[in-house]
Amino acid sequence: MQMQADQAGFADQTASAPLPERAVLEVDGLKTYFFTRSGAVKAVDDVSFALKRGETLAIVGESGCGKSVTALSLMRLVPDPPGRIVSGSIRLGDTDILALDDEGLRALRGRDISMIFQEPMTSLNPVMTIGRQLGEVLQLHETLTRSQLRAKVVELLSLVRIPDAVRRAKQYPHQLSGGMRQRVMIAIALACNPKVLIADEPTTALDVTVQAQILELIVDLQKKLGTAVILITHDLGLVAQTAQRVIVMYAGRKVEEAGIAALFAEPQHQYTRGLLASLPRLGLMRGQAADAGRLQEIPGIVPALHHLPPGCVFAPRCPRADQRCRSEMPAYEEKRPGHWAACWHPGAPNGRGDD
Amino acid sequence: MDAAMTDVVMERAAAKANRTEPVLAVEDLKKHFPIRRGLLSAPDQVLAVDGVSFTIAEGETLGLVGESGCGKSTVGRAILRLFEPTGGAIFVAGQDITRLSNREMRPFRRELQIIFQDPFSSLNPRMTAGDIVAEPLRTHGLASGKELRERVAQLFDRVGLSRAQMGNYPHQFSGGQRQRIGIARALALNPRLIVCDEPVSALDVSIQAQVINLLMDLQRDLKLSYLFISHNLAVVEHISHRIAVMYLGRIVEIADKAAIFTRPSHPYTEALLAAVPVPDPTIRNSARVLQGDVPSPVHPPSGCRFHTRCPYVFDRCKVETPLLREIAAGQQVACHLR
Repeated sequence: MQMQADQAGFADQTASAPLPERAVLEVDGLKTYFFTRSGAVKAVDDVSFALKRGETLAIVGESGCGKSVTALSLMRLVPDPPGRIVSGSIRLGDTDILALDDEGLRALRGRDISMIFQEPMTSLNPVMTIGRQLGEVLQLHETLTRSQLRAKVVELLSLVRIPDAVRRAKQYPHQLSGGMRQRVMIAIALACNPKVLIADEPTTALDVTVQAQILELIVDLQKKLGTAVILITHDLGLVAQTAQRVIVMYAGRKVEEAGIAALFAEPQHQYTRGLLASLPRLGLMRGQAADAGRLQEIPGIVPALHHLPPGCVFAPRCPRADQRCRSEMPAYEEKRPGHWAACWHPGAPNGRGDD
Repeated sequence: MDAAMTDVVMERAAAKANRTEPVLAVEDLKKHFPIRRGLLSAPDQVLAVDGVSFTIAEGETLGLVGESGCGKSTVGRAILRLFEPTGGAIFVAGQDITRLSNREMRPFRRELQIIFQDPFSSLNPRMTAGDIVAEPLRTHGLASGKELRERVAQLFDRVGLSRAQMGNYPHQFSGGQRQRIGIARALALNPRLIVCDEPVSALDVSIQAQVINLLMDLQRDLKLSYLFISHNLAVVEHISHRIAVMYLGRIVEIADKAAIFTRPSHPYTEALLAAVPVPDPTIRNSARVLQGDVPSPVHPPSGCRFHTRCPYVFDRCKVETPLLREIAAGQQVACHLR
């Protein structure tokens, strides 16, 4: 069922290789705050990254780490008030997304950058047919006759492998299964062939066998269309199986970034290390002994974003935290080629280089 | 230990006299829900659970896995008689509890407890954490006053909550702490078996590990049995001794966990395992992806219910229902190919 891949996977190479072309999306120093009665909540605090054509970049972290707010910021969908992008820049090719007015944003969303959400039922309009919802996006961005539009809708539904597309186009969302609805969402998102697709927990609400179908579909379409994908998830399994690069976020900040092979083999931040160690390993499936022992815990809980500790935000839960961690914020630096982290004590907790 | 608790221990001793009996035995359990599609159409039935049998021994965890709508949660609730079973029988320590009246059921309610998935909706927001944990003890008249408070405090210690938090309300706790309150409430009556219905699915990864460790510690110390219902195969592999795989209301395979994970014998088990994204980039998931969706449990496919999605389907599968048969010691599979 599983097969061993070469240890030095393709991911590692893409991470360390110099950028051959300009990134499709560049995010620099993004800060998105929510202004509440108990003070400013720094949901996204100084996040920067670049996305290349056709690649999949995963953003992982636990609830409240800022991964979804980062995605909403890219789409300029942060509810204002109480939220506001207070500084930074988001560039999509030559377009400065933060400088666009409403009309500019309407032209951008769906055409250059699209998003799919976790719950396909609440993202679709329950009183409109699938075909009309799909047609809406096309009409907004392209000039098509009615028959061209109908043909394009059926073509898109077939592209996302919905059988019997002509009949399905006339149906309403409740007549479709969860997996089918997510396929429709993907069809809507990819209708105008965007440069960037943001997938925010796209399979979390789906069953595991359906999840596999949807992931396969996204990867296939990405290859076919050259779309760059930002995959937002809490599932490290999904990251390992679909992404080439990964950003780990904690309490609104980016704490680590690397190619997936490097991240899973040699995590540099103590939080990433703890997260990986706390997962049940599926040992039996990998031809190892069953692991019936205790899982490694990360003690405590994620700090409240309006009461962040000074120094490293992970220090209160970190096994290696010392005085410096508690007082001085660690520099975000390149620990190894292409592998960045913000940690004063990278490496294994016992002081050895790796475990 | 107080008088009421001694009673429990005496009863327990009597029940345990017959040591060979499993803590829980379920035989051909069925739960069908009637549905009516319109005023004039004939009533229909959702065959949520349709002939499920298994046993759980003392100190054992049986993992129950399957996709949404397979009936795994209905099995859990039917065992506790939160749903009245449509057919079959449920034995607790050898005693048939399937047709007991509410009053007759009361002593058995102490033996069987449940932990729910959502620690937000399963705790009454207007009760303090202490009162939530004390409620089962009050209901069964097992403790009162100072004794009750002390017992609740001990339960707080037991699940890793601070005694100082007994007066707090659920919203003042984090998700992981709320799940600990649910566990303390389930432990209050000293049960023998706890149905854990997706107990860690709503929790963050780092908190999941804390709750799984707690459940495993409690099992070791109290010889608890668990029916652990989950769709997360990695968690199930970690915590279970044996695993039952359900598909559309029936068990398709049941075996000890090593057999399930190293020699899956039902095509559906195989497909489920192949679809799990392994958190290790050096291992690639299989390219073989199961097609289609789970069919409706209202009119499930004839014969083998998996035949509409099975890559190995042949004519017999469409007409004849495969029975659960033992193919190796401790491994039962319902498939015509085995």
